[in-house]
Amino acid sequence: MNAVLQYTIQGLAAGSFYALAALGLAVIFGVLGVVNFAHGACYMLGAVTAAVLLDVLGLGFWWGLLVVPVLLFLFGVLLERSLVRWLLALDPLYNFLLTFGLSLILVDLVKRRYGVSGLPYERPEILTGQLKVGELGLPTYHVFVFLFSISICLLVWLLMTKTRIGMIVRASTEKADLARALGINVNRWVTPVFGFGIALAGLAGVLAAPFRAITADMGSSFVIILFAVVVIGGLGSIVGAVVAGFLVGLLEAFGQAYAPAYAQILIFVLMAVIVLVRPAGLFGREDAA
Amino acid sequence: MSKKSVATTAAIFSGALVLSACAQGGPSSSSGEISDDKVVLAVLNDQSGVYKDLSGPNSVKAVEMAVADYKEKYGEDAVADEIEVTFADHQNDPAIANTKAQELYDRELADVILDVPTSSAALAVATQAEAKKKLFLNVGAATTELTGASCNKYTFHWAYDTYMLANGTGKTVTENGGKSWQIIYPDYAFGQDMEKSFSAAIEESGGSVDGRIATPFPNDNFSTFLTKAAAGKPDVIGTMQAGGDLINLVKQYNEAGLSDKGIALAVGLMFITDIHSLGVEQFEGITFTDAWYWNLDDESRAWADRFQEETGTRPSFAHAGNYSAAWQYLEAVQRAGTDNSDDVVAELEGKKLEDVFLRNGEVRAEDHRVIHDAYLAKVKSADQVSEEWDYEEIVDTIPADEAFKPVEESDCSM
Repeated sequence: MNAVLQYTIQGLAAGSFYALAALGLAVIFGVLGVVNFAHGACYMLGAVTAAVLLDVLGLGFWWGLLVVPVLLFLFGVLLERSLVRWLLALDPLYNFLLTFGLSLILVDLVKRRYGVSGLPYERPEILTGQLKVGELGLPTYHVFVFLFSISICLLVWLLMTKTRIGMIVRASTEKADLARALGINVNRWVTPVFGFGIALAGLAGVLAAPFRAITADMGSSFVIILFAVVVIGGLGSIVGAVVAGFLVGLLEAFGQAYAPAYAQILIFVLMAVIVLVRPAGLFGREDAA
Repeated sequence: MSKKSVATTAAIFSGALVLSACAQGGPSSSSGEISDDKVVLAVLNDQSGVYKDLSGPNSVKAVEMAVADYKEKYGEDAVADEIEVTFADHQNDPAIANTKAQELYDRELADVILDVPTSSAALAVATQAEAKKKLFLNVGAATTELTGASCNKYTFHWAYDTYMLANGTGKTVTENGGKSWQIIYPDYAFGQDMEKSFSAAIEESGGSVDGRIATPFPNDNFSTFLTKAAAGKPDVIGTMQAGGDLINLVKQYNEAGLSDKGIALAVGLMFITDIHSLGVEQFEGITFTDAWYWNLDDESRAWADRFQEETGTRPSFAHAGNYSAAWQYLEAVQRAGTDNSDDVVAELEGKKLEDVFLRNGEVRAEDHRVIHDAYLAKVKSADQVSEEWDYEEIVDTIPADEAFKPVEESDCSM
């Protein structure tokens, strides 16, 4: 029983990274129609920036959680203004190719500057060890990651559903022309939303920094799983991205525990099944597919 | 044709023949021939991926250092007066390694290929070396197959192998109290070989391997596998992951607090670049077997200082191994008077060699395993580190004749 609980916590923690990053991906696709292949590279940039901040400015993990998303937001804004916006009017495939190329460039730039062996990052003392819940010991870091990620996802959901900005963004996602007809300046929100999505990817990266190797390649396999998550959850669906993120994390953990040879395939089998049975994803709407 | 034109044609023809005969000759000082008028050393390794730092472009620099030293030593009397150093990137893929090896041997006229990390790639290149009848001095790969079932006349295994690592770490840790083991290993040629070698060494020393956990390769989340291993309540978890996977596993091992639970970590294969990238604190106290350490003694330190001038960083054992292989190759060419493969092989087989990397070195004629002293190292704690890269405390020296698989146990038949 203890083992099952351990796997569940590990799965939820792993899923937290997927959920946060997928949230960003879903939001970017929803509002801009851009399939952001560079999302994994942005996750990696988040972790690398955290490591650099620690090394150069002595800013630890907690500062990193605050500062890195802001920096990545600005980076996202820069990307959108300089590159992405020119291709928005065209077939989504163009921006897909653009972001794919971007990811290659970003990864290589990091490799050139920092090598491939990875950057050191201190574990925040308070996150080491275990939380005692009665008889059981739950790893503090995993619990923190899960709670933090859930909180952020909840915050984003509240932002989307309860605020005016959120309503505008959702309206722009679902019916951009109608929103424009009602006097909403849709284009004005495109850039900040893109930046926001990138910031979320960077946040996932900072969260991962203490306990994952910070290498230039860390985003490459991450982004593949991320796309599976977004397809399972439904492209453009916020709730779907989050739920699918945690689901995939759990699948990964239990798969590795009980059927390690098949663990990596299971996620894509699920994705294939979803595409066959319910192409819009678990929470997607038919017209978004 | 007129008589005049016949004579002219004959003159031109014989002139051409004389010229071509001259071209085939080597430098006037030697009696032998140098193929294509130059000795080409080719470094084939991972120039851009996960193994770039432990070997990569800096190994090419190390080989260039060996070439410079050779030229300085022999000057005018050098058998090889025209030496070229070239390199290629195999991206740790055996198919690419296979193609690149062919290109290097055929198009770049390489006389010897050096390095080739990643066991599957190394085995591919060994096959090419045998087919082309050209030398292959492997420094970077671990598989004992290179001097076992897949051995051949032109392939030499220079630096380390899974037996050396298992015998050093597995045996010592077991004898020091680590009786029950769980082994976590990446599920591909290298990982499987390491697991077998370690299991054998552990069981021979009186320990037991209670669990063997195969992980995907590459992988960044080992939490589940560590939980599984810990559930077996072992004395030691042995990890055969290397590079980025190892860093992930160690980080997550530390996070899980397994050391406080009395479960030690033994690492199968580690490079000094791994310690540098993760930081000494995370690896503190871990024991592993190293083929060479830059701060071993004055000789190694002097070479490491030269290396640092050339590259800006300290050398791993792979860098030193490539220097040694290139140096000894050129010395063998000098002795043989030619770069003809069979003659050079004859000048390497059975020879006792000494250089900055090979201490008490010998090239075994039976299986082309190059034996040398190996070292049991312990990672220092942060307060013991006096300068950057000064991470290892050499606890013991494993003599050359004990460090490697005995010849009698080898499957090699050449």
